[in-house]
Amino acid sequence: MKLGFSPEEEAFRAEAAAWLKSELEGAFADVRGLTSLIEMPERRRDWEHRLGEAGWSCVGWPKAYGGRDATLAQQVIFAEEYARAGAPPRLNHIGVELAGPTILAFGSEEQKARFLPAIARGEEIWCQGYSEPGAGSDLANVRTKAWREGDDWVIEGQKVWTSLAQFSDWIFAIARTEDGSKGPKGLSFLLVPVDQPGVTVRPIHQITGEAEFNETFFDGARTHAANILGAPGDGWTVAMGLLGFERGVSTLAQQMGFRNELDAVIAAARANGEAKNPLIRQRIAKAEIGLKLMRYGALRMLTDAEGGRLNPSALTYKIQWATWRRDLGELAMDVLGQAGETVAGHEHAFPALPNLFLYSRADTIYGGTNEIQRNIIAERALGLPREPRGDLK
Amino acid sequence: MHFAFTDEQGMIAETAKTFFAENATSERTRTAMADTGVDKLLWQTFAAELGLAGVAIPEVLGGVGLGMVELAILAEEAGRHTAALPLLASLALAAPAILAGGSDEQKAHLLPRLASGELIASFAAVNSDGTPGAMFSDGTLTGAALHVPHGASADLFVVATNNGVAIIERGAPGLGITPLTSMDQTRPYARLDFGGVAAEALANPREAANAAFTTGWLAIAADALGGAQACLDHTVAYAQERVQFGRSIGSFQAVKHRLADMMIAIEQARSAVYWAACAIDEESDEAPFAVHAAKAFACDTYTHCAGEMIQLHGGIGFTWEHDAHLYFKRARSNASLLGTPDWHREQVAGLAGLDEAA
Repeated sequence: MKLGFSPEEEAFRAEAAAWLKSELEGAFADVRGLTSLIEMPERRRDWEHRLGEAGWSCVGWPKAYGGRDATLAQQVIFAEEYARAGAPPRLNHIGVELAGPTILAFGSEEQKARFLPAIARGEEIWCQGYSEPGAGSDLANVRTKAWREGDDWVIEGQKVWTSLAQFSDWIFAIARTEDGSKGPKGLSFLLVPVDQPGVTVRPIHQITGEAEFNETFFDGARTHAANILGAPGDGWTVAMGLLGFERGVSTLAQQMGFRNELDAVIAAARANGEAKNPLIRQRIAKAEIGLKLMRYGALRMLTDAEGGRLNPSALTYKIQWATWRRDLGELAMDVLGQAGETVAGHEHAFPALPNLFLYSRADTIYGGTNEIQRNIIAERALGLPREPRGDLK
Repeated sequence: MHFAFTDEQGMIAETAKTFFAENATSERTRTAMADTGVDKLLWQTFAAELGLAGVAIPEVLGGVGLGMVELAILAEEAGRHTAALPLLASLALAAPAILAGGSDEQKAHLLPRLASGELIASFAAVNSDGTPGAMFSDGTLTGAALHVPHGASADLFVVATNNGVAIIERGAPGLGITPLTSMDQTRPYARLDFGGVAAEALANPREAANAAFTTGWLAIAADALGGAQACLDHTVAYAQERVQFGRSIGSFQAVKHRLADMMIAIEQARSAVYWAACAIDEESDEAPFAVHAAKAFACDTYTHCAGEMIQLHGGIGFTWEHDAHLYFKRARSNASLLGTPDWHREQVAGLAGLDEAA
């Protein structure tokens, strides 16, 4: 067991930190410290381009596809330095963290060459089309249909909670391609261009007042027959393969964002005297400990992954961070008191900490609710019996 | 960065796992509980045959010369079986104090005998209930230590006071040792009354106390991790075999979600324990934070899991015959011993900069 980094790795850290500093204190000073996913989208696109140009966009990918061939330790280091430098959340995080790794794992050589460099260069932004009005926790209950017409797949149906679809060039979606199939069988994993008459994106305003999510309608949308990952009918396997990637290195970057949020709570507590309240001190200490344990949990998971093992403890990660962040939102409001419940001006737009209180209610829902996570842990890690299925339509 | 056991550490873990599973059986633990709280045969085999008692003592002093990760592995495996051993008192408290704070002569005289298991030592610190603990001046100990783990079985005591750290042998004239009926019979307490008994000073008291607390906190956290994991493993097995309403109870979400919550906490406790062990071994700046975090988190996890073990076993879990109470009581003792979770979190709050100016 060893936690420290080697001198070579520390040199890599210095190089990454220096580059990030020069950019974020120079040409990209205006996006430094942003926390919202959707503010200043044009500048966020520029930032994606700049990262790609300099080879810092997808550091863990092979060089041939626009990556840097970075080792696992280097990826960890870059993720840490990225957040430490106050770099903004990635507008293309779904492309970089989900679409790209899935294409790497399941794509043909042509598909990799077509899609990966465009993600790495920040030229094509991606979103995810999984959930539907009738397919939430029961994701396999997808009703969106697709069928072949000539050289195209034609798609008909509705997706919901498609984050960032309003900025996206491509959407990856699971659709039912076998008539009369049910559940996870008969689904296919399609890559669909967003900018076409058959695709309509409508914003959904969330409890923060922002609109990061959308409804996405496919009404005779088309994509070329080549744009399918895996064979027709194998979509569920491809979609579930992606769940592993959600627990990758990106979790460490996410944690650095959490670090900044916790620091803001501590600063607020010091400023208004709550830092002397023993109950608040206990809760801040719990948050500090929880954050460290996420970091060391992620390092255990990544060490195992490097050795080709998926440790069942990785299944506990989603509920851990989601619950931690929701608790932090509540702690932030208890520190701020009523001052956190009002905002100057007429816009219903709250500053970062009150916004965290609201936004973090989504964390324990999207990507598998806490309840679904507990089912997954109990069934897959502990070997307990599966939940019996009901038969209500 | 490689946050997993090395091959050698994996072998130590396997050896310890097999050894405790085969030898630290419920039957033997209960025999020891009815006696002094030490399974003497287990201790002899552990120390002399496996040579594991000296894991964190240097080779020149009769030990194995390994570090905190290896010590944590042993404490975790012992904790998994609530083994009735003076592992905490002798190896994680007294030995590190002597190693860090003793003179060359004291170390050469005592550590080889602790490593071989010939001597059992314990450690007395300030009293947690606020009464004055021991006082040490002019080579004389006065006052009392109220809760000394495995105190009635120890041949030697390291006594930490506000003005020095002293060592004193069991037979010292004037030293009173009163065994206390203890809720956790696998690690019973004794009261020590010093009454002006002559004692020998450790050369570097500050280093001695720091080493004892740091290693002790880590070992308690590792014991808690092993215990919590055992609570989960036993309860999962029971939930799979116990049938009610025509289904195994492990198929009800009301049960399986609670088991999942136990695993979520345990995996964090595991990260905490081995992070702290590595941080001490690597002399990282994070070590104090990590050790307080591990002690607080692992002990809370153990308390939670042991309580759930009783609840999810139903009535059988409330019986003396079932082992659930062994875990429940050791979890309680781990939480109180050398600082409660709240106290350790308060240390974390200080380290997190809450007392700095706004």
